[in-house]
Amino acid sequence: MDFTFVVQSLLNGLLIGGVYSLVAIGLTVIFGVMKVINFAHGALMMLGMYASYWIATLLQINVYATIAFVLPLLFIVGVLFQKVLIAPIMDAPEHNQLFLTLGVMLFLQNMAVYLWTPDFRILRTPYANINYYIGDISISLVHILAFAMAIVFSGILYIILHKTDLGRAIRASSEEPVGAKLMGINIKRIYWITFGIGAACAGVAGTAITPFFPIYPYVGDIFVLTAYVVVVLGGMGSVFGAFVGGLIIGMADSIGAMILPGSMKSVLSFVIFIMILLFKPTGLFGRQNA
Amino acid sequence: MNADPILELENINKSFRGLKAIEAISLSLSPGEIVGLIGPNGAGKTTLFNVISGFSVPDSGSVTFKGQSLIGLKPHKICKLGLTRTFQIVKPFNHLTILQNVAVGCFNWASDMAAAEAEAWRTLEFVGLEKKALDQAKATTIPDRKRLELARALASKPDMILLDEVMAGLNPTEQMKIIDLVRQIRQSGVSVFIIEHSMRVIMGLCDRICVIHHGQVIAVGTPGQICADKNVINSYLGEGNAFVKA
Amino acid sequence: MLSASVTRGSMRKSPSRRGWLMIAVFIFILHFLPWVAPNTIHLSIMMFLFAVMGQGWNILGGYAGQASFGHTVFFGTGAYISTMLFLRLGLTPWIGIVLATLGGVLLGIFIGALSFRYGLKGPFFALIMLAFAEIFHMVSLGWGFIGGAEGLLIPLEGYAPLKMQFLDKKAFYFLSLWMVIGSLYLVWRLERTKIGLYFLACREDHDAAEALGVNTFRAQLIAIALSAGITSMAGTVYAQYLLYIDPDSVFGLLNSVEIMIRPIIGGAGTVFGPLLGSLILTPLAEYSRLALQSYSGVYLMWYGLILVIVIIFLPNGLMGLLNNLKDRYQTKGQ
Repeated sequence: MDFTFVVQSLLNGLLIGGVYSLVAIGLTVIFGVMKVINFAHGALMMLGMYASYWIATLLQINVYATIAFVLPLLFIVGVLFQKVLIAPIMDAPEHNQLFLTLGVMLFLQNMAVYLWTPDFRILRTPYANINYYIGDISISLVHILAFAMAIVFSGILYIILHKTDLGRAIRASSEEPVGAKLMGINIKRIYWITFGIGAACAGVAGTAITPFFPIYPYVGDIFVLTAYVVVVLGGMGSVFGAFVGGLIIGMADSIGAMILPGSMKSVLSFVIFIMILLFKPTGLFGRQNA
Repeated sequence: MNADPILELENINKSFRGLKAIEAISLSLSPGEIVGLIGPNGAGKTTLFNVISGFSVPDSGSVTFKGQSLIGLKPHKICKLGLTRTFQIVKPFNHLTILQNVAVGCFNWASDMAAAEAEAWRTLEFVGLEKKALDQAKATTIPDRKRLELARALASKPDMILLDEVMAGLNPTEQMKIIDLVRQIRQSGVSVFIIEHSMRVIMGLCDRICVIHHGQVIAVGTPGQICADKNVINSYLGEGNAFVKA
Repeated sequence: MLSASVTRGSMRKSPSRRGWLMIAVFIFILHFLPWVAPNTIHLSIMMFLFAVMGQGWNILGGYAGQASFGHTVFFGTGAYISTMLFLRLGLTPWIGIVLATLGGVLLGIFIGALSFRYGLKGPFFALIMLAFAEIFHMVSLGWGFIGGAEGLLIPLEGYAPLKMQFLDKKAFYFLSLWMVIGSLYLVWRLERTKIGLYFLACREDHDAAEALGVNTFRAQLIAIALSAGITSMAGTVYAQYLLYIDPDSVFGLLNSVEIMIRPIIGGAGTVFGPLLGSLILTPLAEYSRLALQSYSGVYLMWYGLILVIVIIFLPNGLMGLLNNLKDRYQTKGQ
């Protein structure tokens, strides 16, 4: 195993890690505010991918331009999801919320199978094969663009959370829901906005990988499991943690692929996951519970 | 009072993230006593209870119950040794019946379900909840939940019980009933260590009172002595307060 | 959903003499089903096996309050242990099943000791189970020694009862029927013992349980051991019945869903919940598969829909609904 190979793998891992980060940020924001673990998150990403695929194909526009549709579309889906399905069970035992989102995942994934067949679809773009070279290391353009999108949207979200009133309200609700309510924050509104944002993150992440990833109903599974690892690693509720965690896990997957046989590449990530859950459940940047 | 203390606290210290919650607390409780623990909010009362009952490990100091050290023991072991507690914010087993709630405690000594159930009924009669035995715990009123907290703790047949603000949220009539219950509990041979806010209750119920402030003991004595103690008056009761025994 | 197990009345409520008689008669009648409706045998076997697995999940998730999202890890472990022992050592599955169960129990204790020592609860426990299941899934896909992605095929030997193979399915029908009856009885007894009550206490409130003398760590460990054992036992029977196992079918996330959806829909924390859930979902899945011949897996849409509806409107599952109706009927009678 030579140096170039290692660097190449880590680089690819870093770039895809950006996408993990974006998916995980959506998940962590939802968990931070509502303490709901959204199993359907991968399915939302899948919807984003299909939306990008269909819009790009049918309207013959640049796949990256589809964000203009995907973002608001997934936001609305997230809002509806929260208002119709999550809101009634906010007070139910935590398990129920898990089961509900699991049910939504099953429904969405298999509805996709029903509507669009389980066949893999590939979106052909003229720049899918463009690579840049630094010495022997090649970086594919679409990977860079995916990473860039992830950074940009993570950044936008970070700014929203830290520099706007809405963001402050979201963070307040995340840290202290009772206090937030007392301060006059409309918690119900924060809930559906947050869910919408989370779904939008998943959708945008989907768009980001559509140029180079196959689109099929179960694509979300890979990402949602990894997203959990990232969220727990970064610390539940911490956007920065999810960002850093995504990059770390992206690289861990690459290292895993290098040292473990084919199907087992993610074993490393899951072992990390288990370690964190046991020994440092608050993750790298999560809040300590008082 | 017997010579050997049933509970002995020596120089207990506990900090949370640099903040001293309790400092150098020492206290001795004799069997059959009802000892009160009072102090302003945040004084460290519940923290002390948590340390004694095993929910919190002190930074230093010793807790000796019936001659045995409790430091490092898990709460369930401490319960088996004969010391139980109630919680300030009641924690009923919501989806179980009141009967089932109490039976859990009975299994500390009962050998089978029949024995546990029988004792559970007896305990419920003692606290006056037998009519609601088959109701779900979450469907009960606050006063009943307080009784349930008591009943559950009593079911394990403890030698000592720590009561954490068992009167909170009750009106005076309900409080009187609980006060009676506590007296009966002592009469049946159980020692009581009770945290309370209500002066009336503490003064009327307790043989001795321990006052803590900012995590430290500032006075220990009979109700009469406490009322007259300068430290207590200055820091807690305020100047010129007169107290009438309830 | 997790609240359905309130044994109303005395905690030792039992069916009357007449009740037991009716149950015995019913079981007796069930034995004739394979002759009366031979087309339903396969369906019944699947229904029973998944009911048993669901009951295993129920002990940990419904009674002890720790919902596991990776329960198939025990199922798959059981299946692989007995199958490997048979294929490599010629060990009869009748002994293999015992070792498979033991293997499941040990795995359960291992995972439980780790998880509960560090106080994992709720979603975190669900996720860690998921992680373990996925690790087993991935490892088994890549480990040639146990068959890799191709799985393990048990050679068909026709009538070989010592190797747990029978000419016709009826034998498996009876085997799985009695496994269900056994699991129902086990949970029914559990409800009436100290450890069963301790499970419930752990589910409701750990701190209060501890303060009342419940060793929550030990209680949960017992729960996961029982739960794992029952589930892995079903794995052996499944393997022997289908004569083929592979990583996707026995370690896949989908199987964990199949295992846990039955008690959730039927009513977690009740004796009959998993069976009731299986009674409804297994035929639904089969019918869906046949009717909508398009793509396998579309029946999962129904699973998803039913799951969502039940969680929102019937959080105590079907048993909860039946109990409510029974209560209302009884109070009307008074």
